[in-house]
Amino acid sequence: MKPPSGETHAAGHSLFLRGIGVRFGGLTALDDVSLEVAPGQVVGVIGPNGAGKTTLFNVVCGLVRPTSGMLELNGTRLSPAPHRLAGLGIARTLQGVGLFRGLTVLENVMAGATCTARAGFFSGLLGLPRSDRDERRLREQAMTLLERFDVAAYAGALPGTLPYAVGKRVALARALAARPRLLLLDEPAGGLGAQDIEELGALITTLPAEAGCSVMLVEHHMDLVMAVCDRIAVLDFGRLIATGTPQEVRDDPAVAEAYLGAEVDAATPSLSRQEASA
Amino acid sequence: MSEQTITPAAPAAAPAPAPKRSVALPGFLSGSTLLRHLVLAVLAGVLLFLLTQQLDPFRNFQLATVAAYLCATAGLTLLVGMNGQLSLGHGALMAVGAYTVALAQNAFADKGITGNQVLPLSLALGVLVTMAAGAVIGLAAARLRGPYLAGVTLAVAVAVPAATVTFDETFNSEQGLSVAVEPPPLSLGLYFPNERWQAWVALTGALLTMLLLANLVRSRVGRNLRAVRDDEVAARLAGIHVGRTQVLAFVVSAASAGLGGGLMALLAQSVSPGAFSLTLSLFLLMAVVIGGLGSLSGAVWGAVLLVALPDLTHDSAQLVSLSPAVAQRLEGNLPLAVFGLTLIVVMIAAPGGVQGLLRRIGARVRRRAPAR
Repeated sequence: MKPPSGETHAAGHSLFLRGIGVRFGGLTALDDVSLEVAPGQVVGVIGPNGAGKTTLFNVVCGLVRPTSGMLELNGTRLSPAPHRLAGLGIARTLQGVGLFRGLTVLENVMAGATCTARAGFFSGLLGLPRSDRDERRLREQAMTLLERFDVAAYAGALPGTLPYAVGKRVALARALAARPRLLLLDEPAGGLGAQDIEELGALITTLPAEAGCSVMLVEHHMDLVMAVCDRIAVLDFGRLIATGTPQEVRDDPAVAEAYLGAEVDAATPSLSRQEASA
Repeated sequence: MSEQTITPAAPAAAPAPAPKRSVALPGFLSGSTLLRHLVLAVLAGVLLFLLTQQLDPFRNFQLATVAAYLCATAGLTLLVGMNGQLSLGHGALMAVGAYTVALAQNAFADKGITGNQVLPLSLALGVLVTMAAGAVIGLAAARLRGPYLAGVTLAVAVAVPAATVTFDETFNSEQGLSVAVEPPPLSLGLYFPNERWQAWVALTGALLTMLLLANLVRSRVGRNLRAVRDDEVAARLAGIHVGRTQVLAFVVSAASAGLGGGLMALLAQSVSPGAFSLTLSLFLLMAVVIGGLGSLSGAVWGAVLLVALPDLTHDSAQLVSLSPAVAQRLEGNLPLAVFGLTLIVVMIAAPGGVQGLLRRIGARVRRRAPAR
C-alpha cells in the first residue's frame, strides 16, 4: 500500500476541542474534553469500550451536537454539519467498512470526491460537456487512488463481494478522495490481519507529509496506536484521563488503571466475597 | 481455466473486473454523454416513427399509452430504485399533471388560442404544477423513512382523487372534465389518423423524459442519489446533502409523473378521479418492480406490461368460454390478480426483474463467447 501522495503542501488542518461535553438525557457521554490536533500531527484517541471515543468523533463531524464546549478549526469556530465537512477538508471513515453497497468500488471512491465536482444539476440533466469533464476527472482521480492502494483490480466490483481488508482500503481511498486536510479514522485496523495493520500503519505515518493531512484516529489496536501517533489522548467514562506522547501515556498509572481495572488491593474485597460465598 | 488466462492481473479472489464495454464507439460519442444518448434517442425515435406508420389505430393508441406510462414509471424507478424512497402516490401525481393539462387546454380553447404552441405549453404547465406538488411531498418525505413515508404517499394517493370531488366546481366531481384537444395539424393531411398523431406526441414526451433521466442517472447527481439510498451517514460525510438530494429526487420524479399524467389526459381526452385511483399507484409500483427496480430500461418493460397485461388477460379470458355472470365479475379484477401473480413469480424467479434477467442472460452469453 503506497501513500496517496499528491502535491506536498502545508501539513494539514489544526483542530481544537475546547471543553466538549455531551449528555444523552441523564448520561454524561463526554465531560469537559479538551484536545488539540496540531497541523501534521497524528493524534490517537484510546480508551476502554464505552469511554466516548466515537461520540467524540461524532461531535467533530456534527453528527452529535455538544451540550457544552466548542470546536475550532485553524483558529476559527467550527459548528460542523456533516455534509459540509468534506468541503471544509475534513473526511472520516466509519467503523467497519461503510461503503455504498449498490455502487461499484470505483463509484464509491468517486462519491467520496463529490464535493470537488463543480458541475451542477442542470449540466447533469442535459448531459453537458461540463458534467462529462467533471466525471472524467473524478474517475481518473479515483482510479489513481485505487491503484495506489493496490485495489484497482476491484474497480468494477460491488462492495459486498470484496474481502474485508480490501473493503477497508477502499473506504480509506474514499475518504482520501475528497483531499482532506484532516482525516478522522474510526477503528481503521478493526478486523484486519497483522500484515494489513502494518501496511496501514506505514500509510498513516506518511499522510501528513505526503497528503498534507492531519490525522485523528480511534483505535483499539494498541501496537498500531503506539507506532503511528504523535500524541495520544485517553478517555475513560467520558473524561480525559491522560494526554501525551505514546511513551508518557504508556507510563501513566491512571491509564493502566482504566484499562486493567483497579489496583490489586482494591480488588480484594470482591475476592474475599467469593471466598465467603464458597 | 480460460477465464483465468484472460485476466491474469486480477487477484484470484477478485471478480473479473468488469471490462468497459466499449463497442468501438467513435471518440466523440464515448466522450459525450449527451451525444451518446441523443443518438440512441434519435435512433429509437426513427424506429418508433416507422412503427407508428405500420400499426393500426388501436395499436397506435396502445403505443401512445405505453409512452405516457413510461414517463411515470421512469420517474418512479428513479425515486424508488435509485434513491430508495417508496412512493405509493405516483398515481395522484399523474392526476395533478392530468388535471392541470385538462384545465390549461380548456382555458386555451375558451380563449380561442390555437396553434402548435398550445400543446407543449399546457404540458409544460402540467409538469411545473406537478413539480410543485412533488416538492411539497418531497419535503415531508425527506424527514420520513420506510413505512411512514409509504403512509404519507398513500394518503396523497387517496386525498388527490377525493379533492376533485370536494372542489367540484373546478374539477367537476366524479364525472371529471373533458379535455379540448385540437385535431392533428392540417399540414399532416386531412385524413391523418388521430391515434398516430397521439402516438407521436406521447412518444416525443417519453423519449425526452428518457433522454433527460438517462443523462441524470449517468451524472454525479445519479451517483449521489444511489449513495443516499445505500448509506445516509456515509453520504453526508462524503459531502452530500441528504435532505436536498431526496427532495430533488422527488421533484424530478414528480415532473416525469406529471408529464405522464398530462399525456394521459390528452390521449383519453378526458380526466376523472377514477382513472387515477390508488390502484393506478399500486400498478405503477408493481410495473417498476417487475420491470427491474432502479433501471430505466426496466421502466420500459414495466410500461409495456401496464398496457399489455390487462389486454392479454382480457383476450385469454375470452378464449375460455365463461358464463356472462362470471365474466362480468372477473372483468376489471382479473388484471389486478394477474399483475399480483406476475409480481410474485418475478420476485421468486428473477428478483432483478425483467431487466435484471436480461442482464444476467447477456452476461452469460458474453462470458461464453470468448471461451469458444
